[in-house]
Amino acid sequence: MTAAPNHPNARPEQKMKAIVTVMPKAGVLDPQGKAIEHALGTLGFGGVGEVRTGKIIELELAETDPAAARAAAEAMARKLLANTVIESFRIELA
Amino acid sequence: MNAVILLFPGTNRERDMAIALQKATGKKPTILFHQETALPAGTDLVVLPGGFSHGDYLRCGAMAARSPIMPAVAEFAAKGGHILGVCNGFQVLTEAGLLPGALLRNAGLRFLSMDCHLRVETTNSPYTSRWQQAETYRAPMAHGDGNFFCDAETLARLQGEDRVAFRYVTAEGEATAEANRNGAIDNVAGILSENRRILGMMPHPEDLVDPLMGGTDGLPLFESIAGVFATA
Repeated sequence: MTAAPNHPNARPEQKMKAIVTVMPKAGVLDPQGKAIEHALGTLGFGGVGEVRTGKIIELELAETDPAAARAAAEAMARKLLANTVIESFRIELA
Repeated sequence: MNAVILLFPGTNRERDMAIALQKATGKKPTILFHQETALPAGTDLVVLPGGFSHGDYLRCGAMAARSPIMPAVAEFAAKGGHILGVCNGFQVLTEAGLLPGALLRNAGLRFLSMDCHLRVETTNSPYTSRWQQAETYRAPMAHGDGNFFCDAETLARLQGEDRVAFRYVTAEGEATAEANRNGAIDNVAGILSENRRILGMMPHPEDLVDPLMGGTDGLPLFESIAGVFATA
């Protein structure tokens, strides 16, 4: 018999994780990406094109329904995690 | 004029701002903590000062823009209230959606702490009426993320509606690339809201309001806004 989702003995893998990746939008200057690009060149790494930096935010969610979890993470991203004037985001569930 | 200065954890310019406001109005501003949920009755001007609110976590101003006091500030704005945001305060106002655009990391990645020169691009605002059109003044700046950015459509609107308050210029008043140290779009240093009552700017006019500070270049801004309420 398996434990109910909220049961104290519920296995940790039943928790859902949303991984939000936030990146600067195309056309928005990314000075950190540029600095990394130059540093890679200085270190002798050839063949590196444009470098862009962003951030990854992991959210542990109580929600167990994937669609609801995605919707919740999207609302969080729009309201706080990303500034959609300059950043875009994508969400993966794990 | 009843001015209220908002204080977030990490704000560090509230006292300089209070000195400048008191100098122009003769009245001590109220300092209000971010966890309050209402502005004092009779507030004429809300000021968001500089600093590093919430440690600049996530994005500069992102956390402060979602603090408990901000719904009251948005309501104050919707009713036509006057709001001034300087440096981190400008970042908070863009994050709160009270001003358009965003402040990106400085183009050269360096934290810039130096004097700059600003050209008054419009005198048609409650904050710039005591200056002459195209007058150039000196202001200290101290920021790592002051690179103003907005999309082309927003920029055209800001320009078309005469809402660029200040541009970075040389001491001679030329808007060159060299004068634009943080890489801001179109040399923009400060912008106004649609109703012209909200001003956000990166440099610090409050740091030059007394000869003891090395000059009074920033004083006209505070005299302008004080004048709005002195005659009201």
